[in-house]
Amino acid sequence: MRPNAAFRNDARAKVTGRATYADDISIAGMLHAAPVYADYVSARDLVVDASEALASPGCVRVITAADVPGTACYGQIEKDYPIFCSGRVRSYGDVCALVVAETRSAAKAAAALVKVAATPVKPVLTIDEALEPGAPVVPSYGDTNVVTHHRLRHGDPDPVFEACELVLEEEFTTQAIEHAYMEPETAVCVPRSDGVVEVYGSMQHPFSTRRFVAALLGEPLSNVEVYTIAVGGGFGGKDDTAAAVCARAALAARLTGRPVKLRYDREWSFRESYKRHPYRMRYKVGVSSEGRVLAVRATMHADSGAYLSVTPWVTWRSTAQCFGPYVVDDIHADVYGVATNNVFTGAMRGFGAPQVNFAVEQLMDMAAHELKIHPLGMRRINMVKQDSVTVTGQRLDGHVVSMEDVMNRVVHEIGYRKKYEHCSFGKPAAEGSDELYGIGLAISYRGASLGAEGMDFCSCIINGQYDGSILLETGIHENGQGAESAMTLILADELGVDLGRVRYKRSSTSSIPDSGTTVATRGTVMGGSAVVVAAGQYRDLLSRHLADRLRCRPEDVTFHDDKIWGLNYEYSLTWEEAMRELFLQRVTPYAFGTFQAPPVSWDDTTGQGDAYFTYVYSCQAVELTVDRKTGKIRLLNVVAGHDIGKAVNRALLLGQVYGGVTQGVGMALMEDFAYEDGRPACENFDKYLLPRATDLPEMTGVIIENRDPNSLTGAKGIGEPALELIAPAIANAVFNATGVRCRDLPIRLRPEDLA
Amino acid sequence: MNQITINGAPYGVADDDLELSLLEYLRERRFLTGTKNGCERGLCGSCTVIVDGKALRSCRTPVEKAIGKSVVTIEGMEGPGGEPHPIQKAFMDAGAIQCGFCTPGMVMSAYALLLRDPDPSRDEIRKALKGNLCRCTGYQQIVDAVSLAAKVMREQALPVEAGCLRKR
Ligand code: FES
Ligand code: FES
Repeated sequence: MRPNAAFRNDARAKVTGRATYADDISIAGMLHAAPVYADYVSARDLVVDASEALASPGCVRVITAADVPGTACYGQIEKDYPIFCSGRVRSYGDVCALVVAETRSAAKAAAALVKVAATPVKPVLTIDEALEPGAPVVPSYGDTNVVTHHRLRHGDPDPVFEACELVLEEEFTTQAIEHAYMEPETAVCVPRSDGVVEVYGSMQHPFSTRRFVAALLGEPLSNVEVYTIAVGGGFGGKDDTAAAVCARAALAARLTGRPVKLRYDREWSFRESYKRHPYRMRYKVGVSSEGRVLAVRATMHADSGAYLSVTPWVTWRSTAQCFGPYVVDDIHADVYGVATNNVFTGAMRGFGAPQVNFAVEQLMDMAAHELKIHPLGMRRINMVKQDSVTVTGQRLDGHVVSMEDVMNRVVHEIGYRKKYEHCSFGKPAAEGSDELYGIGLAISYRGASLGAEGMDFCSCIINGQYDGSILLETGIHENGQGAESAMTLILADELGVDLGRVRYKRSSTSSIPDSGTTVATRGTVMGGSAVVVAAGQYRDLLSRHLADRLRCRPEDVTFHDDKIWGLNYEYSLTWEEAMRELFLQRVTPYAFGTFQAPPVSWDDTTGQGDAYFTYVYSCQAVELTVDRKTGKIRLLNVVAGHDIGKAVNRALLLGQVYGGVTQGVGMALMEDFAYEDGRPACENFDKYLLPRATDLPEMTGVIIENRDPNSLTGAKGIGEPALELIAPAIANAVFNATGVRCRDLPIRLRPEDLA
Repeated sequence: MNQITINGAPYGVADDDLELSLLEYLRERRFLTGTKNGCERGLCGSCTVIVDGKALRSCRTPVEKAIGKSVVTIEGMEGPGGEPHPIQKAFMDAGAIQCGFCTPGMVMSAYALLLRDPDPSRDEIRKALKGNLCRCTGYQQIVDAVSLAAKVMREQALPVEAGCLRKR
């Protein structure tokens, strides 16, 4: 393998502007669509009047829930998310109609003419309001705003608190975050002559999208073909809403018989797309005088917004990882998802872990500070080690538990020990300077892939061609992270061929079995393992049929240096010769492999079980200064260390690290998807601030490789671990600079806090 | 007739099209879809093009303002033989590309920088890219790419000019 090559199969297309994203597609006769919002936060008896819009120039059709042949509401767990709402309005993002017109400007002009009227219902805007007895019930199903509740029962903390030297009781909150992929949601749908609707969309999960489209159309899955095209970022955010955008465009194409493009403005994307769950977390932590965490009780509430989406899965991860990478014998946790009339929340890179880590990694520093123990020592005493039993009762014995090593590597790289002594807090103010200096770190472990939250399998197809070239296809989706390139590298390595021989085939939902979604840091471990399985079958097939030509037994055939070899390198075949031979023997050089994730287990009543088949261990550290006069925080240096099993593509891996850290920095310091009376307070990047090139320091990635035996390539994954711990590291550094504890995200220091 | 030069070739702009933004004109009239639309409000830099040597956000630039001027888009960067511009090459080599949606705008901003300063510091590169949002990369490998491109062009004495300007 060539781990140092910055190999990307799409780099040339992307750097020349030739990569085709959904909005770059134009088709003769194509219509354009625009959504109409119901324009209430909470209301009932919605009436939509499209008569004026229909009469406006260029308007072809106005589609509402009444035109839906299938089901207007859909969802991954509960079918409660309205692709077209009718009657009841539950959030400011609800769409009640789609205007289809000859041009995009005609569609937007007509959309502005659609009139909506409804009877307002008192909205539920906070977790507390939602939990109040007698609060209006938001969900369409069930009779309470508590939409999910996970329990974890491991030992019994209550009697233990009394014996603890220190008991901390703290509350932390995190904010809603917009995914802010640079490409807004877009779909182009084409009715094909054979009756199939083709979907080219900016979406993250072709198979999930297909389910949404087929449900809205009321047609079988086989009538919908979703193609993979270039996607301008996802980060977990291009599922439900992006799928609904595709579904609406598909229905418009079906009803008009013409291709339809629905391209979202940034303002629509902000208004309608789901966000990261805001959390409120209450912790009671009991610690012994030596710094051992003896007992924990955690109660968390996550704002699910108006629709369920994947809230039960997000909060499940918060439950399974409710006290970071630490061993606690007596711990209880209750994690609730709560419905409100805010725009709904769903999957986002990190998935219920960044929130929890923000609390836990500060609690560790707080306890260390109170007990006058070094923060590193505090972590070292409590962290998981080889064969430790986690808070879910899982023994960590199936892989290398490298938590301590990862922390040590980062501590060494950044020089934490020395620098920690130089932090400003507790020292007399330096003369003539308003800068306060701090260093902080955080550690985490993260269950790879879905774990006990879902079905975990993936397929791969290898299709050899007559001329020796090879087509590869997997059920993993390219979202910009470089999945196709990683799969290509893995196959080239498995077959010992030059990279140029392997062509990753653009797949569609009609050409490969549903392999689930490319989420949860599962792309490399699941897709890569499927490639290894298929490659093994492929090599076996070739060995059987080429052994004669190579004058050896099938088990002696080897594959390397872009050739196929017999025993002792006496005979060899080029791939061109090998393929010709197979075709002469009337053998199809084709393999289909499936990888099933190793078994996991979970007991819902106790929250105990083997939650994940493997874990990624991470540590991130940061240096910063705080301006005493203004409270402005400036990052000086970031070191991020991750044990990812094995680096498949080092440059892309580092890109994931830097990108993840940067999103974490946004979460820590800048981003806040706030509401005013249930309406989003920001609608574009003027008020919703993302980190820019000047907001970031130089970063260093430390890659630690302990091949994971559960993954056939040895690789685990990096997408999410990279994001989930810089916020608490920053909060700890801010404390070490100023003595101010920041329990709420985003971190905002006012000059008066520092006086 | 209103004339505009795009990637070295002259085009006449119809009167009806004068009120379009340069971004709409490029994407919808010229089908030059490499220039991306990320916000349409001048906030993200995805739509950056070069007009008479300066980086501009095409979503906030009316076509009218570009009449009589020379516009270079990402499609004009490759050399006469189709070889990538050193900036493009460096983006590929440095691993600066993920989803790629910001990439054309980044390349154009970097190009504008290197036109006026062949040897920028990393801080200067960050400043020059400040108007370009990227949600994927954390910018680090993009900064690497721009400084690599500058180095390669200096060392090999390669022209900075976009490929389309060298053909003629
Ligand atoms: S599209 Fe022009 S700056 Fe965002
Ligand atoms: S590479 Fe995705 S926005 Fe920059």
